[in-house]
Amino acid sequence: MSITPTPTSYAVRSAIAVASLLLVAGCGGGGGSGGQDSTDSPAAQSSSTSATSRTLTVFAAASLQKSFEQIGKEFERAHPGVTVRFSFGGSSGLVAQLSEGAPADILATANESTMKKAVADGLVTDEPTPFVSNTLQIVVPKDNRAGIQSLTDLTKREAKVVLCAPAVPCGAAAISVEKAAGIDIKPVSEEQSVTDVVGKVRSGEADAGLVYVTDVRATENSGADAEVTGIDFAEATSATNIYPIAPLKDATDASLAGEFLTAITNAEGQKVLQAAGFAAP
Amino acid sequence: MTRQPWQTRLPRLTRRTHLAIPRWLLVPAALGSLLVAVPILAMALTVDWGNFWPLVTSEASTAALWLSLRTATVSTVLCLLFGIPLSVVLARTNGTAATLLRSLVLLPLVLPPVVGGIALLQAFGRRGLLGDTLDVLGLEIAFSTTAVIIAQTFVAMPFLVLSLEGALRAVGTRYEDVAATLGAAPTTVFRRVTLPLALPGLVSGTILAFARCLGEFGATITFAGSLQGTTRTLPLEIYLQREGDPRAAVALSLVLVAVAVLVIGLTRARRDSLAAGAS
Repeated sequence: MSITPTPTSYAVRSAIAVASLLLVAGCGGGGGSGGQDSTDSPAAQSSSTSATSRTLTVFAAASLQKSFEQIGKEFERAHPGVTVRFSFGGSSGLVAQLSEGAPADILATANESTMKKAVADGLVTDEPTPFVSNTLQIVVPKDNRAGIQSLTDLTKREAKVVLCAPAVPCGAAAISVEKAAGIDIKPVSEEQSVTDVVGKVRSGEADAGLVYVTDVRATENSGADAEVTGIDFAEATSATNIYPIAPLKDATDASLAGEFLTAITNAEGQKVLQAAGFAAP
Repeated sequence: MTRQPWQTRLPRLTRRTHLAIPRWLLVPAALGSLLVAVPILAMALTVDWGNFWPLVTSEASTAALWLSLRTATVSTVLCLLFGIPLSVVLARTNGTAATLLRSLVLLPLVLPPVVGGIALLQAFGRRGLLGDTLDVLGLEIAFSTTAVIIAQTFVAMPFLVLSLEGALRAVGTRYEDVAATLGAAPTTVFRRVTLPLALPGLVSGTILAFARCLGEFGATITFAGSLQGTTRTLPLEIYLQREGDPRAAVALSLVLVAVAVLVIGLTRARRDSLAAGAS
């Protein structure tokens, strides 16, 4: 009985959590699923480690995952006793979590408008720093059966094109590109996220899609044989996304947050980001 | 005529439950119901009632609701078409093969919907198992409303099969046997005896399947895509709105809750009236 306490204690803890949540339900609040991780870990750490260890929590756009994890590892190596924790997700979702009280030290978003919202909500202390930019690229399956070569090819009747929905940032970017090129793409599906678009192209369901250069690069790098190819187009510059990063007001360690910001903006950090396909801001 | 165990036990059980529910059961029971009630209430409280009507009647919202109702109806009919025969086969056969078939048919019930969507892609996708065959037949399933209906039928059918099979087993085969000895052909027995006796189970199963179709999200987004009026059902619209306009997402969620409550309420009402009519 004492050997396997975990399932029981999970059940008991969840039951207590639900019961207490209901008892204080009138107060509202609640960090949602995203906050769950961050509420558990600090307690675990404070009980098990000495005073010298510090934790830095970074909320970052999903597209930054690979590069930030790499930079985070370097940062931990350069700062003994420091643990960097990441929460990756859609930028607006991250800002919503922070508004509801999720504890974090740094926020990096995939566009400036989402960061503006965080600034307006009083979550951010300093002026956000733009650190990279990202542009759209046409993504096609490796065999490119529909023969897509240019942006105008996306308007071909027989081509099944998948875009992001206008409500999500990559969809808004796709619309600016269409406007700049003076074309009207009729997508067969408007997906919720870039990864959904890449997924539909990768599986061959769709003939082409519009996603960020970094997403194409990540997919190309993910398998032994690349399943997708990226095609550049001139109008992409009309929809360049600038990524800003900023320390958060509720940061537990402002100086450490500042040092991480430097690790992202300095030459080494930029090299990692550019390897992932990002361009200078 | 021997009475089935449930027939003798049922009246006593109902009488007892009125008298003797252990008091301490009430606390977890109340907490359990609060777990469902509080989030729904919280959602209702956050709705921007001033803008509720414009948010809910926007073109995108009505298109999604309409598509959801249409596809759920067609899918439910398909569930009946395949599900009734399946339930009868499962309820009237025993053995390893029947057990295996039951596990298979009920699988979508326990699978994460995304997994269902991936499986459907592997079968009906352009590069899927049947992709070329369907292509030859001139059927385009990818990104079409047909894909939505296939996804909904896939996830909802087990609900119908589960309740109908349960009902058929509870009724037993005595009346069918009698009808058969009196010379009724199998189809007549099925039509005049089997189905009428299992009607309450069939009705609640149908309504449950319809409700499941309305709520289908994972398999649809994985398999069918998301385009206004074609594949973007209400759950997909809610998920999308969450990104751009959270107030609209909450308002639409409440609409879906209202429709679901209506559907479940309908099950109870129909069940009660059928039970009353039967006794």
